[in-house]
Parts: sequence; structure tokens; C-alpha cells
Amino acid sequence: MDRFLFLTFDGLSRGAVYAAFALALVLIWRATRIVNFAQGAMAVATAYVAYSVADATGSYWVGFAAALVAGLLLGAAVERVVMRFIDHSSPLNGVVVALGLVLIIQGVLGMIYGNEFRPAEAPFSRDAFNIGGVALLSRYDVFVFAAVGAVVVLLTLLFTRTPTGLRMRAAAFAPDVSRLLGVPVGGMLTLGWALAAAVGSLAGMLVIPTELGLHPTAMDVLFISAFTAAVLGGLDSPIGAVVGGLIVGLVLSYISGYLGATVAPMAVLGLLVVVLLGRPDGLFARSKARTA
Amino acid sequence: MTVLKDRVTSRMVAPVMRRRLNPFLMVAVGAVLVVVLTYTLPPFRTYQLATIGAYLCVTAGLTVLTGLNGQLSLGHGALMATGAYTLALWQNKFNLLAVGIVVAILVTTVAGLVIGLAAARLRGPYLAGLTLAVAVVVPSVASTFDETFNSDQGLSVILNPPPESMTVEQWQAWLCWGGALVTTLVLALVTRGRFGRDMRAVRDDETAAKLAGISIARTQVWTFVISAACAGLGGALFAVLAQSVSPGAFPLTLSLFLVMAIVIGGLGRLTGAVIGAFLLVALPAVAHEIGEASGSQRLEGNLALTFFGVVLVVVMLAAPGGLASLRLPRSWRARLSRKPAHRAGS
Amino acid sequence: MSALLEVDGLTVGYGAAPVLHDVSLTVQEGQIVAVLGANGAGKTTLLRALSGLLPPSTGRVVFDGADLRGVKVERLVRHGIAHVPEGRGVVTELTVDENLRLGGLWRKPQPPLAPIYELFPRLAERRSHLGHQLSGGERQMLAIGRALAAQPRLLLLDEPSLGLAPRVTGQIMALLRDLRDRTGLAVLLVEQNVRSALSIADQGVVLSLGRIAARDDAAALADDADLRHAYLGF
Ligand SMILES: Nc1ncnc2c1ncn2[C@@H]1O[C@H](COP(=O)(O)OP(=O)(O)OP(=O)(O)O)[C@@H](O)[C@H]1O
Ligand SMILES: [Mg+2]
Repeated sequence: MDRFLFLTFDGLSRGAVYAAFALALVLIWRATRIVNFAQGAMAVATAYVAYSVADATGSYWVGFAAALVAGLLLGAAVERVVMRFIDHSSPLNGVVVALGLVLIIQGVLGMIYGNEFRPAEAPFSRDAFNIGGVALLSRYDVFVFAAVGAVVVLLTLLFTRTPTGLRMRAAAFAPDVSRLLGVPVGGMLTLGWALAAAVGSLAGMLVIPTELGLHPTAMDVLFISAFTAAVLGGLDSPIGAVVGGLIVGLVLSYISGYLGATVAPMAVLGLLVVVLLGRPDGLFARSKARTA
Repeated sequence: MTVLKDRVTSRMVAPVMRRRLNPFLMVAVGAVLVVVLTYTLPPFRTYQLATIGAYLCVTAGLTVLTGLNGQLSLGHGALMATGAYTLALWQNKFNLLAVGIVVAILVTTVAGLVIGLAAARLRGPYLAGLTLAVAVVVPSVASTFDETFNSDQGLSVILNPPPESMTVEQWQAWLCWGGALVTTLVLALVTRGRFGRDMRAVRDDETAAKLAGISIARTQVWTFVISAACAGLGGALFAVLAQSVSPGAFPLTLSLFLVMAIVIGGLGRLTGAVIGAFLLVALPAVAHEIGEASGSQRLEGNLALTFFGVVLVVVMLAAPGGLASLRLPRSWRARLSRKPAHRAGS
Repeated sequence: MSALLEVDGLTVGYGAAPVLHDVSLTVQEGQIVAVLGANGAGKTTLLRALSGLLPPSTGRVVFDGADLRGVKVERLVRHGIAHVPEGRGVVTELTVDENLRLGGLWRKPQPPLAPIYELFPRLAERRSHLGHQLSGGERQMLAIGRALAAQPRLLLLDEPSLGLAPRVTGQIMALLRDLRDRTGLAVLLVEQNVRSALSIADQGVVLSLGRIAARDDAAALADDADLRHAYLGF
């Protein structure tokens, strides 16, 4: 029972990261009908920025902030320079371009930093402290919950309470009409990509210290988990992304807890297959088919 | 909405795939060329030639899948790994290469069937996501079953020495190009016949294909299976070339390289697959030279990676209509863009 | 008095072949100008060109003394032009209230929505409904209300009567006339419903195959039997 509780909290903590990353995928999908397959690589790139900045300044937190800022800039740049010019006649076009970005980013990171794993420090202890005699949560888990919770709350406020949020939603749903109503649609898309990339960066910063460390491909598996979460929730639904992320986190935590950590990657694949074939619309989606 | 537009654009594209060379002639010419090259090139170049042949098996199968049937697979690197590991295990037990290659193809075909069955129900980014997951996860399977796959170290492949009259490189080149030429011949024949027509019909307009009595799912699954068999052969040949297999040899980037190769060469065309296979060997070789010259180890592999990425992005953005237009010969592309008014009616 | 909107020699198309040829017209402040014509005559194209959704190949569009060439679509509302597109363009994923707010969002401070709800009490009842939950007539009210929320000087209306019951059409026409009389709003009104349109319009323009076939006082157009037979079908 203690173990179950432990795995539950561990799963929620991982799930929170998946939720954040899935949220980033959903933001971009809603606005541009592109699944940003480059998001993992983009997040890793900003994590390297954090590494360099933290190294130079000696402060984890300055590095952390640098990663988020770098995420904003990278997201905006990717939208402005590349994604804006994608031809939408086939949904594969966006996928292939994003994959090209993955190669570019991983290649450039490799050239600058090399292809060794670099240790990534966590800002808080990852040892679980005891609550009523049971080791459930570490300080780091609390930090993860707080960070992801803050992001979810801030994004919710942005989208539902501010004029900019309303503009962003309108631009995503009906670009032509929005333009007639005075919404600078291009700017909103850039902003959306910037925000999504920053959220992706946050997820990367949170997850990398819990894995093998910093490496150009460090986010590949996380991307699959988060993609699974986003699809589970329905690619169109931010709430779905959060719920999906938590569910995927729990499932993977139980599986690797009871069956061994090495099966976790396969479990992700299995889960994705089950979700894709079993729940055609996702839990919260409004649209119909998996055809996009 | 996007699907609809996709259909319209690709329907205009459909009637183009006519003008073809006789595949038997092509293969015969290719065989002669390879034999001549193996007797003229220095050993290292011959080895590279062999590698091109192994890649060609995979790119040819992938370009048929993506270009002619419209299914994007990011998992072909994993299918290659399946073929390679199968061959390694077989060789280390029985040391009977010819049978081993067949077994590798069969095992990969089964894997392809499983993925293909799932893939037939998925489209666009969902299919891409699933195959991406396969590409990321499958190498990690190797580290899960330590006793069988020997984890990250991988396995070495036992091989008999080549016949005395040849060098190892010549033998490798003949073997790989034998596989490659048979693959292209089979694919050329398959894609010209009725099945090829079905494949294109499904790609262009699923509803119309269904109305014409074509089973969408069956066509897609079969295409995936054929394409997987090609990847299995390619993987087995790689195991022979490297005389070892390890998870590190089949990273996600390998799958992405394969996609880049078929996109650059012109999607859905076997000549494109040849160009792509050539570039997969040539570009890293150039990057290697540059890396050597600059004395920086980091540059080496990563330069090729970056270069492939840039090429992929630039090609996709420069081609009006993206992937669909890459299926067209250049003259057609020009003609279409000159007469936009007539497009819709055709 | 100089015109509020002056279109001079406008030629536009979607590809190489132009759809509109050398179209000129003017709209004065406080004037309703009806644009009539058969399906495919180019009425929608005209409005799209005016609001910059289609770049003109030749010709000039001057609004309140300012040349609109090169003005981005999203800047147009700031000049005082609101365009209600064909098929209404309600953002179906947003609520009624959000749609209306969107209309005046660019203004600082944002205009109050109460006057709009006063004009359309029906919308007030449904302010938290999503766009796709509305009926066709409600959507039309929402689209017009949203355009009015921008407090424009010129309203470009594309077939407001499309799919509406005659009574609702009548109400909308009455509303337009009322707005013109009370606030001096100018309207460029594209309509298939010729009678209703001419009943409130000051001027009428008949488009045929992308050219101006006739232009006259609304009353005169309505009385011209030949013209009616040739272009307007009644
Ligand atoms: N997006 C487009 N691309 C190419 N041609 C178009 C496009 N939209 C309209 N056309 C052509 O332009 C011409 C004028 O179309 P337009 O939509 O302006 O007509 P309309 O007068 O608004 O007709 P309706 O009363 O049916 O709405 C038509 O011949 C139409 O085929
Ligand atoms: Mg029209």
C-alpha cells in the first residue's frame, strides 16, 4: 500500500511534466494544425542554454529563467522563419518540416556541446520526505507541481481573462474573420508559438534532472509520452492535455514500479497504440476523426 | 478541410506517373555498372558503394510507402534494426547467411504487418506520432533483454569469409546491390500493376478509391508490409556490412535521414530513392572530411545531421505544395503553377 | 462634399484572369448603397477587395481621404470600416459575449456592449452561448452586432438576408435604415434580396459579370422595368 501511494505521487509528478509538455503541443495544434514534432528538440536546446548560463553565473535560477526566455525566443523564431511558410495542403508537410528542425537542432547542439551526457542538477532534493511515516514526495516533486500548476493557472487566466487571450483564441479558430475584426493574426501565431515553446522549455527543465542528464536527444522519449497524453486528451483540448498527462504519468509509474523501469519505454508505445486505436477522439476532443 | 484540399491537389497530380523505363533493362544496366565499379574503385569506395546498396533497399521501400501510398513512416530505422538483429541472432546460431537474410526479411515483415495494421487506421500526425514512437522505443528494447541482445554493446555478427576470388568489399558490394536491384525490380513491377494503381488511388482520394471497390485498409497494410520487408532486407545487409549490431546504430535520426533521403530525391520515384541512398552515404562522408580537416570531433556526425535538417526544411518550404508537388517531375510542376485556373476542373 | 468611400477603376481577380473590371463607385456619409447582381457577378469579390483580403491589380480605394492600398486587413477597422463577410463569420468556438467583445477589442478603452445588447435583446439572452449553438438569424445578428461594436463609419455587409425568414430580413433592413438615420452610418449592402435592399438604399449599383451595368438612385432602379428584367429578375 505504501508502495502504491509512493508510485501514485511519483506518477502524478511525472504526469505534471507530461501535462505541461502536452499542453504546449495542444496550444500549437489548436492554432496551426501542426503537431510540433520539434518541440522536444527545442526544449533540449533551451535546457543547454540554461546549462551554459548557470555555468557562467553560478546560479541555477538565472539559468532557469534563461531557458524560459530562450524558449520564448526560439518558439517565435521557429514560427516566423519556418512554420509560417508551410503549405497546409497536406498535414504531412508540417510533420516533415518539424522533423527537419529536429535534425538541425540536434546537430547544432552536438557541434556546440558534444554528444556526451552532461549531468543536470536539480534545484531541490529529490529524496522523498516522510509524511506520516510514508515517503511520498520529494521537495523536487513539490517544485514540479508548483511550477506546472502555476503555468496552467497563468495560461488559463491569459486565455480566458485577457484581451490578448481572446485574440489568440479567435486567431486560432477563425483567422480570416479575426483579421477583419482587427486581430493581428500573424502576431498572435508568433505569440502562441513563443508561449508554447516556453512551456515546453519548462517541462524540459523539470524532467531532465530526473533522467539521464542533458543530451541532444534527451527529450525523445518524453516527447512520445507527452504526445500520448495530448492524443489521449484530444489534441484540441488544453484540459484534456492536463488530464491526459496525469493519466499517462500514473500508468507509466505503476508499470515501471511493478514491472521494472526497463519496460517503461515499451509501455509508452503500448499505451500510445491503445490510445490511438481505442479512443479515436480523445477524452475531451470536439473534432471527429484521427485524420486531421 | 485540409484533407479535402489535399485530395484535390493530389488528384491533379495522379495522372503523371506514366513515362517509365523498362525495369528489367534498368536493373541489368545497374548490375553491369556495379560489377564494373567493384573492379575499378578502391576498397573503401567499394565499401561505400555497398552501403549505398543497403540504403537503397530501405529508401526504395519507403518512397513507395510515402510517395505512392501517402503513408509517412518515421519508424523505418526501427524496422531496419529488426532485420539487423534477426540476422545477427541467426548467424550467431546457424551461420547460414542466405537463409538468415530471408528470415530477417520475414521477421521484419511480421513486425511491419503489426505496425501496418495499426497505421491503416491512422492519418497525418497520428500516424507520424505512432511510427515516431516505434523509432524511439524499439532500440531501447535491445537494452531490456540483456541476455538476448547484449544491451548497448550489441552483438557481433559471425560471417564466413568471402570466396577467394574476391575482396571482402567486392563481396559486400555484390551482396548489397544484389539485394538492392532485386528490391527495386520487385517494387517497380508491383507499383506498375493493378496494385500500384490501387495504392495511388488510395493516396489521392480515399472516398473515390472506396467507391471504385478498392479496400483502403488492405491496400495500406499490404504496402506497409512490402515496405517493411524492404527495410528488413536493408537492415540485414547493414548487419553484414558492419559485422555487428547495436542500438546506437539505429537511432531516431536514422529514420529521419531516410525520410529526408526520399523527399530530396523526389517522392514516390525509384530514381529518387537511388539519389537519396547516394546522399545518405555521400553527405556524411563529406561531413567527415570537413570534420577531419577542422580537427574537431564534434563536427563530424553533427555536421551531417545539421546539413540534412537544413536540406529537408529548405526543400519542403521551397517546393510549392510541399510533399505533393515533390511527386511531380519538374516540367509538370512548372506547367501546373503557370495555369492555376485550369486546375480545379481536371 | 467629398465621398466617404471612393472606388476608382478597381480591377481584381483570384489568379491571372480578373473577376472585377474597372469598377468605380462612391458611398457618401450616411448613405446606404446597395450592390446587386446575379450569383457570381463579383459582389463578394468587391467587398473582399475593399477590405484588403484581395489585393487589387489596378485601381484606387480611398476612404475618408486616405488611400487604402497597402493597408493591412487587420488595420482596416481602425480606419472605421467593418466587414461582415458572406456566411457571417461568427467564431463558433467563442461565446456570444466573446464574439461581441472581439469586435471592439482594438479600441482603447473598449466600448461598452450594452448598446449592442439593447439593439439585439435576443443576443443578451444568449450571451454565454457558444457561436455554434445559435440559429442562423441569431448568428446574423451577432455578426452585425459585432461589426457595430467596432463603431465603424462604413459597414460592408455581404448578404445579411441569406437564409433568413422575410420577417427577420425586414427587421435587419429596418435596423440599418435606423442606424443610418440616427448615427450617420454608411453601408455598402450586398444583397440578393433586391426589393428589401432597394427599399432602404439611397443608391443602387448593379454588377454584371464583374462590370458595373447600372448605377442610379435606388428608387429609380426599382422602377426601371428593363433593368429589373435584365439583371435583377423581378
Ligand atoms: N476563391 C476564388 N478563387 C477563384 N475564383 C473565385 C473565387 N471566389 C470567387 N471566384 C469567382 O469569382 C467570380 C465572382 O465571385 P463572387 O463570390 O464575387 O460572386 P458573388 O457575386 O458574390 O456571387 P453570390 O451571389 O453567389 O455570392 C465567380 O465567377 C467565382 O467563380
Ligand atoms: Mg457572394
